[in-house]
Amino acid sequence: MEIVMAVVIGILFMSATYLMLSKSILRIIIGTGLLSHGAHLLILTMGGLKRGSVPLLGESAGPYVDPLPQALILTAIVISFGVTSLFLVVAYRTYQELGTDNMDKLRGKESNE
Amino acid sequence: MSSLHWAILSPFFIACFIPLVYKQFHRVHTGWFVLFLPIVLFIYFTGFIHEVGDGRHLSASLGWIPSLGINFDVYADGLSLLFSLLITGIGALVILYSIYYLDKDKEKLHTFYVYLLLFMGSMLGLVLSDNLIVLYMFWEFTSLSSFLLIGYWYHRERSRYGAQKSLLITVLGGLSMLGGFVLLSFMGDTYSIRELMGQTGELATDPLFTASLLLILLGAFTKSAQFPFHIWLPDAMEAPTPVSAYLHSATMVKAGIYLVARLSPVFAESSLWFWLIASAGILTLVWGSYSAVKQTDLKAILAYSTISQLGMIMSLLGAGAAALHYESMDKNIYMAATVAAVFHLINHATFKGSLFMAAGIVDHETGTRDIRKLGGLMNFMPITFTITIIGAFSMAGLPPFNGFLSKEMFFTSMVRVTEMEIFNMETWGVLFPVLAWVGSIFTFVYSMIIVLKTFTGKFKPEKLEKKPHEAPLGMLIPPVILASLVIIFGFFPNLLASTVIEPAVAAIQPGLSQKQFQIHISHWHGFTIELYMTLGVILLGSLLYITWDKWKCVYHIIPGRLSLNRMYDALLAGMERGSIGVTKLFMTGYIRTYLVYIFLFFIVSLGITLWREDAFAFDVGNTAPVRLYEVIISVIIATSAIVILFAKSRLTSIIILGAIGYMVSLFFVLFRAPDLALTQLVIETISVALFLLCFYHLPKLSSRKEERVAFRLNNALISIGVGVIVALIALSSHSNKLFESISNYYIENAYEEAGGKNIVNVILVDFRGLDTMFEITVLGIAALGIFALIKLRLARGTLKDENE
Repeated sequence: MEIVMAVVIGILFMSATYLMLSKSILRIIIGTGLLSHGAHLLILTMGGLKRGSVPLLGESAGPYVDPLPQALILTAIVISFGVTSLFLVVAYRTYQELGTDNMDKLRGKESNE
Repeated sequence: MSSLHWAILSPFFIACFIPLVYKQFHRVHTGWFVLFLPIVLFIYFTGFIHEVGDGRHLSASLGWIPSLGINFDVYADGLSLLFSLLITGIGALVILYSIYYLDKDKEKLHTFYVYLLLFMGSMLGLVLSDNLIVLYMFWEFTSLSSFLLIGYWYHRERSRYGAQKSLLITVLGGLSMLGGFVLLSFMGDTYSIRELMGQTGELATDPLFTASLLLILLGAFTKSAQFPFHIWLPDAMEAPTPVSAYLHSATMVKAGIYLVARLSPVFAESSLWFWLIASAGILTLVWGSYSAVKQTDLKAILAYSTISQLGMIMSLLGAGAAALHYESMDKNIYMAATVAAVFHLINHATFKGSLFMAAGIVDHETGTRDIRKLGGLMNFMPITFTITIIGAFSMAGLPPFNGFLSKEMFFTSMVRVTEMEIFNMETWGVLFPVLAWVGSIFTFVYSMIIVLKTFTGKFKPEKLEKKPHEAPLGMLIPPVILASLVIIFGFFPNLLASTVIEPAVAAIQPGLSQKQFQIHISHWHGFTIELYMTLGVILLGSLLYITWDKWKCVYHIIPGRLSLNRMYDALLAGMERGSIGVTKLFMTGYIRTYLVYIFLFFIVSLGITLWREDAFAFDVGNTAPVRLYEVIISVIIATSAIVILFAKSRLTSIIILGAIGYMVSLFFVLFRAPDLALTQLVIETISVALFLLCFYHLPKLSSRKEERVAFRLNNALISIGVGVIVALIALSSHSNKLFESISNYYIENAYEEAGGKNIVNVILVDFRGLDTMFEITVLGIAALGIFALIKLRLARGTLKDENE
């Protein structure tokens, strides 16, 4: 299963990169969203996808799945959400102030350098 | 702190009080308060002459950074004493001169004297220190104070140009010299010059020896304006004349000479040392005197003449280095070159100082230094005329002045160079006397130009700004003293021989004991080859001066377009253009370009590492079984991730992103992560809502057409590369599991230690609670940031108003 996951993660990273190289701000932010999905799945996969029970004691006595990557991912999800929402608001303000979402036009003038 | 330390540091202390004195006693010329210091120091240093003449030396140590072996060690032997006397003696005369030269109401005197005192102190420190690092420190101090002095009239463009040029060139040399010092101290394991001299033989076999030699010589050559680094000196003539007289004729430009003389005992074993110094010196001599002839500005002539005389001293030091290689023979013959170098060093300081001061007087009293405008000043300024004649004739090497003696000794040494049987001198040695002779002819020509074009010929009052008259007495005293010294040393050269020159020569060649040589300088050698050479110089020189108008067009051919100044300017401009070009080439201002660099670096560095370390491993042994649900979700995620690229409208892409997010939370369900699934669902929902918000507020522009991402092959290749690399690394790191997870501890202790059954939550708030705290902080900051972004609106218009 890990091999399949590695391929899926690779595809997620590929799409994310392609979107981040595009012109529109919104697409770039969609790209970062894809990238964080890929990263989260990567952490999960690298922790091992072995069968086991949900890491809740008392559900069953059996071997549990590794709880540590889950805790790490939970933290990562929250942080990436915070950052993404900030980005989105920045993008929103950019639209309002500058009237464009084209990264090629958001260059600053030569005189401002 | 010994008295020597106080002597070195006293100019720095006094410099601190100069601005105060300037403010307090504005009606008295500040120079009077400065003048006492060099006089006191000069008297102090003369007190050592007797002691040092007996072959003793003074030394003292002061801890600075003892743990690194860097101490403020001072050491005064014949060479250091000679330089100290020059620095303080000429320093006193120059300050006296400057009191009359600089107007106390028009000039900012306090800065002038602060810079001058800084310079004097650092020059004293340079010649007296025994520690290489301390020597370097004072060396750079002289560069800096010289920079400040050249740029003294900073409102003039030429001054700033000259100051920048001299700083760039001397600091280039200074830094390379530091490199040479560091290498030298590596080899000898000490910073002390004394101790390094004791290891001469061992050092010469060290592999770092040549590199250190070359680097140190670069420093000495740039400071002492040797070819081709001499170009800063003529431009430094924008400084006030006292500065030119002091720094650029008598003291700072001799720092390189001092360094070469000081380190001769360490490096003279090598033939490279001999060849570099002797040939750089003789080239500089010829080029400097050749270039001096075409100048029309008095100070420019003197600048090139300084260059040429420095070359002469340098070539003599090179020839003197050969004395070390004649162990068995009578050494006096080969010592003669070193004696000549030291003697001419003194002579040059005297006559060049007086010539600069005379040029300054002419400038001060007529308003110009251009020899095309000057002429016939003999009757107006008889004293200045006399001073100039003495200085210029001494410079040209005419009897009975001291320049004649050192010129004769110079010819003697250069003729003897041909007899040397070392370093392939048999083949090339004959060039030295020929070049020396040619250089001397040009020296004669420009010396005549200085005297005759300024003071004889037709008086041209219409071209002069002021009505010329003799300078005030105070301005004349310093050059008169120097000119008298020229005559005194000319008639009684042996006054210097045993007191100053012998100890200095002994310091340059410490292997030879004091008693082995007695210097006797005499005017009359008999009808020797040197005498005929001098006669030839006078004859040919006069001929050239008379026919000057006929052959001056030769300067259009050489150097013509290929002058070194043009090359320097072109080099600077080229470097600036080049770096601007390179920067513009890759700093495009488009964020996409920078992302491309970052991704390419990621691909290349990781790909090469994987390939070179042979790190890729593939092992299916440790994998979990593949199940249908998971495969279906994987396929959905993979296809949607690809489809999102082809989505035409933004709405579609946002919805597909949402779909991927929900699929990921389904994954979390399948992989037994309920908390993750919950969080992911909620957060994905909010994110999509935010995305839609953004989308909704897009500006309504008619040009805004929904379009799909334009396909670019480069972008596609880069993103495929990133994806492949990530997948490969994931696979190979999964195949190389080195040790078991630590999670068993959490599973076993979640209930016993923390009292919770949900292991993930226990980890988040108990075992690793700190992470959670800061993640909360992140959310808080993001929320505040968003609030601020929306609420705080300083429109650009209002901001502008505030600024105005």
